[in-house]
Amino acid sequence: MTGFWDQTSAFLYAAILASVPLLYGTLGEILTQKAGNINLGVEGMMYLGAVFGFLVGYGTDSLVLTLLSGFLAGAAGALIYAFLTVTLKANQNVSGLTLTIFGTGVANFLGEKAKMNAPLGTAFMSDRLRSFMSPMDLGAFSRLPVIGPLLFQHSIMTYLALMAGVAMHLYLKRSRPGLNLRAVGENPAAADAMGVPVAAYKYVHILIGGGLCGLGGVYISMVTCLGNWQPNIIAGQGWIAMALVIFASWKPLRAILGSLVFGALSVLRLYIPKSLIDIPAALFSMLPFVVTCLVLVVSSIRMRREHQQPAGCGVNYFREER
Amino acid sequence: MSNSVKKVRTTRLLVLFMLLTLSLGSFTLAASAEQPTSAFPPVALEDLKVGMVLIGSQDDGFSGAHYNGLEGMKAELGLKDEQVLYKFNVPENAECDAALRELVDAGCQIIFGNSWGFMNFMEEVAEEYPQVIFSHCSGYKNNGVNFNNYFGRIYQARFLAGIAAGMKTATGKIGYVAAWADNAEVNGGINAFALGVQSVNPDAVVYVKYISSWFDPTLEKQTAVALLSLDCDVIAQHVDTSMPQVAAQEAGKFGCGYNTDMTPAAPDAHLTAPIWHWSSVYTAEVKDVINGTWLPVNYFLGLKEGMVDISPLSKNVAEGTAEKIEEARARILSGEWDVFTGPIYNNAGEMVVKEGEALADADITGGLMTTLLIKGVEVK
Repeated sequence: MTGFWDQTSAFLYAAILASVPLLYGTLGEILTQKAGNINLGVEGMMYLGAVFGFLVGYGTDSLVLTLLSGFLAGAAGALIYAFLTVTLKANQNVSGLTLTIFGTGVANFLGEKAKMNAPLGTAFMSDRLRSFMSPMDLGAFSRLPVIGPLLFQHSIMTYLALMAGVAMHLYLKRSRPGLNLRAVGENPAAADAMGVPVAAYKYVHILIGGGLCGLGGVYISMVTCLGNWQPNIIAGQGWIAMALVIFASWKPLRAILGSLVFGALSVLRLYIPKSLIDIPAALFSMLPFVVTCLVLVVSSIRMRREHQQPAGCGVNYFREER
Repeated sequence: MSNSVKKVRTTRLLVLFMLLTLSLGSFTLAASAEQPTSAFPPVALEDLKVGMVLIGSQDDGFSGAHYNGLEGMKAELGLKDEQVLYKFNVPENAECDAALRELVDAGCQIIFGNSWGFMNFMEEVAEEYPQVIFSHCSGYKNNGVNFNNYFGRIYQARFLAGIAAGMKTATGKIGYVAAWADNAEVNGGINAFALGVQSVNPDAVVYVKYISSWFDPTLEKQTAVALLSLDCDVIAQHVDTSMPQVAAQEAGKFGCGYNTDMTPAAPDAHLTAPIWHWSSVYTAEVKDVINGTWLPVNYFLGLKEGMVDISPLSKNVAEGTAEKIEEARARILSGEWDVFTGPIYNNAGEMVVKEGEALADADITGGLMTTLLIKGVEVK
C-alpha cells in the first residue's frame, strides 16, 4: 500500500498539471476583460490553439513553431471577436459564444481529418517533440527531496504560464501602457479623452489574450494528451477558466493561486479514497463552481472596488455617444 | 430499479405471449407460416436507406468501430454512399430525438443508435413511427414491434484481455478506468476482466475508478495517473479515448485498451484490447430488412460469431500469454463454459452464482450485473 505522503504528493503534482491550461485561459481572459471586453470564446480559442499547435507540431516537428502556431491560432480567433465587437460593435456575449462553437467545430473537423489520414489511424507527435514537452530536468533543483519533484519537474509550458502570470501582473500594475489599459477597461471615454487610442488598445490586448488561451489549448493537446489528438479535447476547461477569472478577481497573481485551487478541486475526487468519503462524483465536479459562487457573493458583500470586474466590461464603446 | 426490471420482464412476457398467439393464429390460416413472420415488407436494394446516430465521431474509438462496422455492411451488401446516413457527435439529450426524426424524414427504413443513453429517445420515437425499425446498441429494451437492441458479448473479450493483464502485473494491482457506476455494461466488463485476471493470477486485485463519462480525454488521463499512484502497473479501461494507455506509457507501465487496437498510441505499454467487429450484426440486420424477414428480437453475439475479439497481442505481453488466452478462447468457443459460470462471489464475499451454474443473459445485460462487483474488485 502506498503511503499517505506518497498519495498527497501525487495529488499535488496532479493538481499542478491540471492547473496549467486553466491558468493560460484565465490569464488570457483577464487581459481581455481588462480591455473592457468579455470574451466567452475562451473554450473556442483553446480548441483552435490545440488543433493548430498539434497540426503544426505534427507537420514540422518544431517546438517553437508549435507554440507559435497555437498562440497565433488563438489570436486569430480573438481577431474575429475583436473585429465584431470593437469595430462593428456587435454584442460581446453573442460574439464570444459563437467563437466557442466555431472553434470547437473547426478543431474537431481538422483533428478528425488528420487522424483519419494518419498511417496508423491515430495521429501523434514524434518522440523528439514529445521530449520537449515532457518534464524538464533542472539539475540539482529537480533532485531536491519533496519539492524537487513537485516544483522542478514540469513541462516548459508550466514555467511559461507562471512567467506570463508574473509578467502580466507587472505590466498591469507597474507600466504606463498597463495603466492606460486599465483606464480603457474602466472608462473608455475618459481614456479616449486622455489621448489613449482605445480601439488599438482593445485590439492588441484581446489578441494577446486569445493567444494565451490558444497556448492553454496547446498544453492540453501536447502535454496532457502527449501529442495524441483526441476529439472534444478541451471538454469544458475553457468554461472553468471563465469562472476562475471571477475567482481571481481579475488579478494575474491570484489567477496563479486560483488555478492551483481549481486544478486541485478537479482532481480531488481521484485521490480521496472511496472508503474514506463516499459522495457522488458529480458533487466533486461541482466544487469549482460552488467556490466561484461563494467568491462572487463574498466580494459583492465587501464591495471593494479593486476586486470588481472592470466597469466598462460588456459595453461597447461608441465615441459619438459622449 | 428492481421494479423497472420487473416491468420490463412482464412486458417481455406479454410480448412473447402476443407473438405466440399471433404465430399460432397465422398457423391456422396458412400451414406454411410456422415461423413468426416479419411485420415489415421486403425493401428493394436501391430503395434502402440506413441511418445511424452516433455519440462520437469517426476518430474516436467506440464510434469509430461502429462507423467501420456500418461501412463494412455497406460494402458487403453493395449499398451506395448516399444510402447510409450518419449523425455524428449526437449527445444523449433532446438532440438525439431531433437526429432520429431527421433520419426518419430522410426516408430511412432502419435506424441504428450506438449509445446507452439513446435508449429512451429511440423507444419514444419508435412508438411514433411504427413503419420504421429502430435498433439500439447496448441497452436492454425491446418493444416487440419495431424497436430491438443489439450488443455483443464483449465480456468474453474482456476476460481474454484480463488474462494478458494478470500475466503481466508485477505488483498484483491493476487499475481500471471505468465510465459509469451501477451500469450493467460497465460492471459486466469489470467483472469479466477481473475473472480473467484471477484465472491466471488469483491474488491480483482490480482497482476501479468511475469517471461518470464515456469520453473525457483529460479526466481519463488524470484518472489513470491517480491509479498509477496507487501502485497499479497495468491500466485497463472502459472509456473511449486512448489517454489511459498514454498515461501508462508515460509512466513506463502497461495497459489494456478498448474498442480498437491502441498499440499505435502507446507502443511500449499496450498489451491487447477488447475490440468490436460490428459489421457482422449490421450486415445481419440490414439483410433481414432487405428480405422482409426482420423480427423484433435482440441480437447478442459473441466470440463465436466473430462479433468481439481482442486485438493482436503486442510485443509487451508476458511470456506464455498467448497460450493461456488460446486455452480460454477454446473453452468459450466450445460452448460448454462461459465467463460468468459459477462459483462467483461478490466483493462482500457472498456467493452470487452457484458452482456449475451460468449467469442468464438477462442478468448480464441488466439485472444482477447492474450493481455486481466480484471478489477482488475494489472501487477506489
